[in-house]
Amino acid sequence: MKQKFDIIQSTCVPLPLENVDTDQIIPARFLKATSRDEKFFGDNLFRDWRFNADGSPKAEFVMNTPDFSEAPRPGVHQILVAGKNFGSGSSREHAAWAIAGYGFRVVISSFFADIHKNNELNNFVLPVVVSEGFLAELFSTIASNPAAEVRVDVPAQTVTNLSTGRSERFEINGYKKYCLVNALDDIDYLLQQKARIEEYEASSKKY
Amino acid sequence: MNTLFDKIWDSHVVSLVDDGPTQLYIDRLYCHEVTSPQAFEGLRARGIRPLRPEKVFCMPDHNTPTHDQDKPIADPVSKKQVDTLAANCAEFGLTHFGMMDPSNGIIHVVGPEKGLSLPGMTIVCGDSHTSTHGAVGAVAFGIGTSEVEMVLASQCILQQKPKSMRISIEGKLGRGVTAKDVALYLMSKLSTSGATGYFIEYAGQVVRDMSMEGRLTLCNLSIEMGARGGFIAPDETTFEYLRGREYAPKGEQWDRAVEYWRTLRSGDDAVFDKELCFDAADIAPMITYGTNPGMGCAIDGNIPQVEGMSDVARQSFLKSMEYMGFEPGSGLLGRKVDYVFLGACTNGRIEDFRAFASVVKGRRKAEGITAWLVPGSWAVDRQIREEGLDKVLEAAGFAIRQPGCSACLAMNDDKIPAGKYAVSTSNRNFEGRQGPKSRTLLASPLTAAAAAVTGVITDPRTLLQ
Repeated sequence: MKQKFDIIQSTCVPLPLENVDTDQIIPARFLKATSRDEKFFGDNLFRDWRFNADGSPKAEFVMNTPDFSEAPRPGVHQILVAGKNFGSGSSREHAAWAIAGYGFRVVISSFFADIHKNNELNNFVLPVVVSEGFLAELFSTIASNPAAEVRVDVPAQTVTNLSTGRSERFEINGYKKYCLVNALDDIDYLLQQKARIEEYEASSKKY
Repeated sequence: MNTLFDKIWDSHVVSLVDDGPTQLYIDRLYCHEVTSPQAFEGLRARGIRPLRPEKVFCMPDHNTPTHDQDKPIADPVSKKQVDTLAANCAEFGLTHFGMMDPSNGIIHVVGPEKGLSLPGMTIVCGDSHTSTHGAVGAVAFGIGTSEVEMVLASQCILQQKPKSMRISIEGKLGRGVTAKDVALYLMSKLSTSGATGYFIEYAGQVVRDMSMEGRLTLCNLSIEMGARGGFIAPDETTFEYLRGREYAPKGEQWDRAVEYWRTLRSGDDAVFDKELCFDAADIAPMITYGTNPGMGCAIDGNIPQVEGMSDVARQSFLKSMEYMGFEPGSGLLGRKVDYVFLGACTNGRIEDFRAFASVVKGRRKAEGITAWLVPGSWAVDRQIREEGLDKVLEAAGFAIRQPGCSACLAMNDDKIPAGKYAVSTSNRNFEGRQGPKSRTLLASPLTAAAAAVTGVITDPRTLLQ
């Protein structure tokens, strides 16, 4: 969903696992929808880690524990913190729809898989890449205080662990930042480029 | 600099967005039923139509059953998704190879075999295994649904240019070692994120000696190292494979095309952002033991121990071992297998069926093994029958199913039951990938065949005839 980004300050949900693949974020059997129903995908986010086969919650999964089960709302649980290589595997954008549909606005990790990272950005979920040190400290901050807050300042491109004061700058190119801050997407941009596309086509014949 | 990747990428740049990505022209867009409906919905919401419908080819493959394809799909949700693709193609004037069409099959098998994927092209699809098409010397990569909509709307995509990596594999592969083993070996060395941010050019004696089928398997698995894609410079093997295919250039245009394609190689002075070299002699038949494709070892090797892993890495590793029911440090040979799956965009081509048949010929499917043999397309199915491989397989107790993605991701009925072990020629062993709680061991068609006739994990080299 297109929404403007500015500053997000929120508590987090920790997922200290590496190589979380998009099959875990949303299993293939939920990919049969023909519309972009974010609530449906959000309800099935991390389905097989979060629920038993009969649909009852798995008590030990982080999103079902008392500290982290409250659904995201401004200031609460809007940030997912995950181990490195988040979103590997399948290109399914349904994974980004599920993350957005559940209510996460930001995912913090030390490393994202390329396709999933683009999918998050195209759905106005911000992937924030931090150093291994920042990530390890943040996991330990949340383990000792589940109500710990993180501040993500998109215009300034900074992410801050408010419990320790540790702050890092994160990368985002100027174009994408402009899109996020103004709630514009790539198709809005490309549709204005038709003359350039036709010019390219006229000059690109190779054989 | 002066890499083949640079040449192809740079010749498709329409514009450079200020402090942003590249606007890249796309020669071929493939769509399947799972990742396209929301893109078409997006076009309708914006009131626009595809800019270049003649460059778009669509076919259902993920949901298709592998039996009774002439009857309506039983699962109404799958049926709706497949029907939706047909309706979208009709509405927007796109080429559609529907179920039971002789041209239908897995999109990454059909594209090359119809000559739709050609050297020097940029190719995208809402599917991470689009990297497969790199085998013909194209820059091919998987994209998300919003990006599918982007390409439908503008025949362009906005992308950051990836870095370039060359992986050279020199020497000769040993007996019983296939392209799949090479890929599983590379993943075990690089991990599933070792090539993230890169586009790979595969090179070296092993790659030059590989058939097109082998190259398609190798490039298919690039994404499992995290790479955006992987490709191989086109050569005589490529041209021989493409000559005469339905959508390949014909006559004088073919000659001009080959002349151009011969220029598609990295310069002798090419500089890659990263270069890796491997020795074919170090590669044995491989198998995976964990829940990502990087967790693999030689079939006669052992699962690693946890000593020396960081806390988060150990936690992830032990979670994986618990899921698989394996002990760190233990071996794999002789473990009981319940299911064998031959197929998928990774290993659903004619050469894979020939390899499987070569092992099972004169033997019998083992008691207790359920085997699913699924050709990657109807064209592969036809060739299996022309070559008489169907007779060999049937005599050994195996049946051939109808084409589709099948048990690779179990969106149809072909699901591995909870707790069961499957030796699978597909591409991913993620938790639940082949069905809830299914346990996947990725391997080559030879290793799958060896398991199918012995009922246990078996080194295929002991059975080669």
